[in-house]
Amino acid sequence: MTPMLALLQQAVTDTTGAYGHFPGVGGRGAVWVAAEVHLMFAAFVLGVPMFAVITELIGIVSKDEKYDKLSHEFTRLLVFAYSATALWGAMLLFALTTLYPKFWAHMTKIFSVSMWIYVSLFFVESFTLYLYYYGWERWQFGRGKWFHWGLGVLLNVWGTTVMLIANGWLTYMMSPPTGATAEGLPKGVTMWNAIANATWIPINIHRLIANAVFGGAIVAAYAAYRFLAAKTPEERAHYDWMGYVGNFIAISTFIVLPFAGYWLGREIYQYNQQMGITMMGGFMSWLWIVQAVLIGVLFLCANYYLWLGMARIPGAERFVPYTKWMLLLLIVCWIAWSTPHTMIATRDELVSMGGAHHPFLNVLGVMSAKNTAVNLMILTTFLSFLIYRRANKESVVPWARTGTLIQGAMFVIAAAVVLFYGVYGYFVEAIVRIGFSVYQVGAVLMCILGVSIIDAFIGRGARSRGEIRWGQMPERSQYALFVLAVTFTWLMGLMGFARSGIRQHWHVWEVMRDTSPDAFTPALGYAANMISLCVLIFLSLVAFIFWLGGLAERASHAVAPEPHGVAIPPGIAVARPGAAPVTGD
Amino acid sequence: MTRLRLFLRHPFWQAVLLLVVSYLAFTVGVRYVPPLFRVASAPVPGSVVLQYMFIAIVGILIFVSSDELRWRTFKQPLHATLVDQDKRWLRGGLLVAVPVLLGFATYQQARPKVEAPIQLRSIHPAPPGQITFRGKAMQLSGLENPLRKSGSMADHLREGKRVYYQNCIACHGDRLDGAGHYAHGFSPAPANFSDNGTIAQLTESYVFWRVAKGGPGLPREGTPWNSAMPVWENYLTEDEIWSVVMFLYDQAGWQPRRWEASPEERKNPTGAKQPAAPNAPKAGGAK
Repeated sequence: MTPMLALLQQAVTDTTGAYGHFPGVGGRGAVWVAAEVHLMFAAFVLGVPMFAVITELIGIVSKDEKYDKLSHEFTRLLVFAYSATALWGAMLLFALTTLYPKFWAHMTKIFSVSMWIYVSLFFVESFTLYLYYYGWERWQFGRGKWFHWGLGVLLNVWGTTVMLIANGWLTYMMSPPTGATAEGLPKGVTMWNAIANATWIPINIHRLIANAVFGGAIVAAYAAYRFLAAKTPEERAHYDWMGYVGNFIAISTFIVLPFAGYWLGREIYQYNQQMGITMMGGFMSWLWIVQAVLIGVLFLCANYYLWLGMARIPGAERFVPYTKWMLLLLIVCWIAWSTPHTMIATRDELVSMGGAHHPFLNVLGVMSAKNTAVNLMILTTFLSFLIYRRANKESVVPWARTGTLIQGAMFVIAAAVVLFYGVYGYFVEAIVRIGFSVYQVGAVLMCILGVSIIDAFIGRGARSRGEIRWGQMPERSQYALFVLAVTFTWLMGLMGFARSGIRQHWHVWEVMRDTSPDAFTPALGYAANMISLCVLIFLSLVAFIFWLGGLAERASHAVAPEPHGVAIPPGIAVARPGAAPVTGD
Repeated sequence: MTRLRLFLRHPFWQAVLLLVVSYLAFTVGVRYVPPLFRVASAPVPGSVVLQYMFIAIVGILIFVSSDELRWRTFKQPLHATLVDQDKRWLRGGLLVAVPVLLGFATYQQARPKVEAPIQLRSIHPAPPGQITFRGKAMQLSGLENPLRKSGSMADHLREGKRVYYQNCIACHGDRLDGAGHYAHGFSPAPANFSDNGTIAQLTESYVFWRVAKGGPGLPREGTPWNSAMPVWENYLTEDEIWSVVMFLYDQAGWQPRRWEASPEERKNPTGAKQPAAPNAPKAGGAK
């Protein structure tokens, strides 16, 4: 009885004055929404500048105005998005100080200096953005343009540094340094040790890539919105092209994201087995099935968009017959990837299976099958990009056929390596099997790299089979871009919950216990509802920002009207109404 | 013949056919084809069939709509059914049939049933970092089977065999496949050690924890567990549990999962002690 009383007394001491109350969703729900929506906006304002600075550079180097215009258009959205990010950040801060005062006091005790640096950088970042945006016309030519581009680079540097600091705080909650207690850090352990903890670098890399993906997806969704609302063929052409560029950046960066995520998972596992198993084999393992379904949607949408886009490219007809086989492969891989190991079944079904594992489909439930499936999906998506790029080109280099054969061989070898290690993985012990994923990933990355290099040389001076008819894109393709953006956003919320939820009843893992009434892992249905709410809030605000973007553009046109709606930059072929539709058959 | 060919070439009927073929493959195919090649199989649970059919429908829709001509041809019968004058009876029939079918499906989902509700079950509950075995604290992370470094392996396996056949066989079966004499009385069924998804994925310390603490020792996360596994620490000694764990791996033909070396261990393979780094993992992790 005495130990129980002591525990009770401890709980009362820990809880008194430690938590505030929030009506309706409760303290945890309020912090959840504020943190998630803030994070989504933060990803927006970090991802889009990456996009803007890359496209501006392409514009400077290629002297192609349309890239500069694209970059400028996105920077305009950033100005609004920064305010939203700051507002949600303030809401998160107020929520933490009022609803979790004891926990927040612990965090400020350890990280106070970094918090001041964070705020200062945010300040500098905002003013760099204003200079970048409002100085666009002033520094448009010559050396001034390079100075302007330098501002864009600085904007990214500040933004990334801000992200690195915040990542230090949240990863500290997962993997605090040895010896940390609820009272603070032990002697000899500095704030830097708390920031540069065991999972800091992997999450930095993962988020950096994810932000680029997210930026591309949001850009594509904006373009889709403007495409559907376009009044003139020029507008349609411009936003069709913009959607393609956004999708290209989103998917090409997305291809490497699973590898970074795998590394993060591995580091979490290595830091603490319990967190690792909760994440991959325990309660949170169901999220990975949901994730597999969603990532399958992403791959399918990305490919679908490209295949639809091929209809507006002269010469693409020769590749169209292959797309149905690529689709079949993607579907088979999607099925394999999303097959649960432990199945949800009725009592009768469990009896007929002899347990929660299906005697035949069981083979698809383990990592060997899943790694194989995802790597083959990546290869297939890369192949879609390749044929899309090549569709209207006719190589003039004498070794074009040999080069293409080598590229084909690279695909075959990469697929063979992936399949070999996928199958071999069933015959070796777990610790060896984990190492196989490195060979599979390596083969896929080498293939992507090798094929891209050859393709760059094959495409040198290539003859055109005809201009891409920008704007002549079916409207349903634009909904695929919306689905991409929504799915990416939902995935961010979902996997963020997985990463955060594995701490279970700890504010800071094994350092500071959560003694609030919310110290339980929420059911998946509740979590899904909360994530959907965050996504809905974020996307509604983003839709408002998109609308504001259009409004601001109309306002500028009112001052200097274009003769035919939105000016179409040079280099874009416009599809006029009545032009012959291109069918794949 | 020509009609059949036209029918098979029409995207709408291709889609319908693909849908039917997919459904049959997931339900009949998976159940009956593998046994033809002497591979065990069973009916696919409804939840998984639903998931597969969702994927199949997405795939079929992408197939019919990824080409403009195919998409227009696909929509023709749908359009005709919705607007053509001579199809008003079909239209009326669908107007009745579709809501009735949806209503029936909803009723099937919502009607009270006597069977237990379907549960999401985690197959690998997360182990605690530390347990107390008969008053002795044991750190599970990084823990190896001590019997592998002491005494005769044959003796340990003989002892493990004795423990298994005296205590475990009734549920886990003679072939360690979870099909013991009492297995049919349990839901969920006892663990199948011959399956590559059970002990093959785990360290010996994990299996030790499961045997020692049984169903009552499962973590609160992911409850209810419905495990009938007894708390074997009440009946077996520490060595007996380690020996039966060793026996399970030996008989099932799996290697226990090894602990991954920490960065410090990799730098210092001789095992000489190093001062703890501030960011060192809390405990050696496993994969």
